[in-house]
Amino acid sequence: MLCQECKKNPATVHVTKIVNNIKTELHLCQECAGEREDLNWVSPISINDLMTGFLNPIKPAKAADTVPTLRCDRCGMDYRQFKKIGRLGCDNCYRVFKDEIRPIIKRIQGGATRHTGKIPASLGTRLSTTKEIEDLKRQLQSAINIEAYEEAARIRDRIKKLEKKQEQGG
Amino acid sequence: MSWINNTGPLGDVVLSSRVRLARNLSDTPFPSIADRSMTDSVIHRVHRSIAGQGSPIKSQYQFLPMGDLPPTDREILVEKHLASPDLLENSDRSAILVSREEVCSIMVNEEDHIRMQCIFPGYQLKKALEYLNTIDDVLEKQLPYAYDSDLGYLTSCPTNLGTGMRASVMMHLPLLAGTGQMKAIIQTLPKIGVAVRGLYGEGSEAIGDIYQISNQITLGASEEEIIMGLEVVTKQIADKEKEARRRVMERGRVHFEDGIWRAYGTMTHARVMDLNEFMGLLSKVRLGVEMGIIPNIDIGTINELMVMGQPAHLKKYRDGDTAIKDLDEVRAGVAAEKLRR
Repeated sequence: MLCQECKKNPATVHVTKIVNNIKTELHLCQECAGEREDLNWVSPISINDLMTGFLNPIKPAKAADTVPTLRCDRCGMDYRQFKKIGRLGCDNCYRVFKDEIRPIIKRIQGGATRHTGKIPASLGTRLSTTKEIEDLKRQLQSAINIEAYEEAARIRDRIKKLEKKQEQGG
Repeated sequence: MSWINNTGPLGDVVLSSRVRLARNLSDTPFPSIADRSMTDSVIHRVHRSIAGQGSPIKSQYQFLPMGDLPPTDREILVEKHLASPDLLENSDRSAILVSREEVCSIMVNEEDHIRMQCIFPGYQLKKALEYLNTIDDVLEKQLPYAYDSDLGYLTSCPTNLGTGMRASVMMHLPLLAGTGQMKAIIQTLPKIGVAVRGLYGEGSEAIGDIYQISNQITLGASEEEIIMGLEVVTKQIADKEKEARRRVMERGRVHFEDGIWRAYGTMTHARVMDLNEFMGLLSKVRLGVEMGIIPNIDIGTINELMVMGQPAHLKKYRDGDTAIKDLDEVRAGVAAEKLRR
């Protein structure tokens, strides 16, 4: 049997894929199999492969080509290189690749996209007040959801106080 | 206060608690693509921030450029869990600062510019985090951290983004491993964002029944919330292990104790011992100590022996005695010396 991709070499890799109950069979030569992203598991898996596997979920090969080549204007890292090595080049990359990287972060971080932990003291209290207000608003919503109106009123008062403080530049 | 010679809360199941924070400088590319002059400058700046005038912790840290250390000494740092294997890979452009009692270490130019960590004996994640925060605050005052109000601390790999925190506990779980319950735990915990892996040995096989339990997710929860989650899991696993230990004593005490004393007998009298056998036997002896079956040996001695039995420590130990060539022979000698009462 010849490889169904190049139709030149004998097919040595035979794959049966069942995705959502749809069965597809592939008969490829070693070379063509190696080029297919969705058959990457043929080679030994390293941590890096797993990581980049996270970044490149199995999808039609063409989609990768339609992503414009973004390049960080500070460190020179381009988006394709990032997808290959799974590491960013500098903090500016997070801004340049923002839209592309967001779904990746969400996938890796169990759905989370916002930091709610420590804030460097040097960034001032203003930022932490903003965060506190956001936290309180979330708490307010859950208090309303469980019809804990007394608690909700208390949280609302605290939000008002903090917002006032923020307006006064505190 | 090093975890090696001491024991802490839940000390009969938990060897140590470690918290690590990843930090980067906003004005320099991350280590993987930074050139030599940049990585040198990061080392210099971190060193100055810790050891310079005005640092409240300046006398507490020893500064070690990795390139200046003999390879065995570098590996010893890994065996003591003060440095990561990744730090050794970039030895030509990385450095480490180690606190006097070897409780904390600050790695420079590992995957991130700064990886700082503290290890405390037993279950003490909260204390480790508090302690580490003081070091983080000292550094933050002097260095421009890469931080984003949405994404938190920016790290080279998005898996560390947000808090940049990896908290882990090292647990001794021989009964859960021996009764096949570990497999279910390893498969279940990732579903709630907790990772479990064998700390010694390769692949899924954990030699010495030592497991590391850590948070997988670093974004979207505060440092304290992440630690609270790990605490619940750690205590549940510890309870399960202790329950299994109680049950095995009820069912067949003599046979169980026989296995432990045989391990002790081999360790105190064998002449040659490879790492696998050593870790396997040490797990049984440790269990005997933890359960009070073997008296007059403390857990600190067992931890010390576990670290001393690793290859780089043995190489260093052997250096004075060139007559012995085989590390397995050195290991057996060290085990007998440490354990004979």
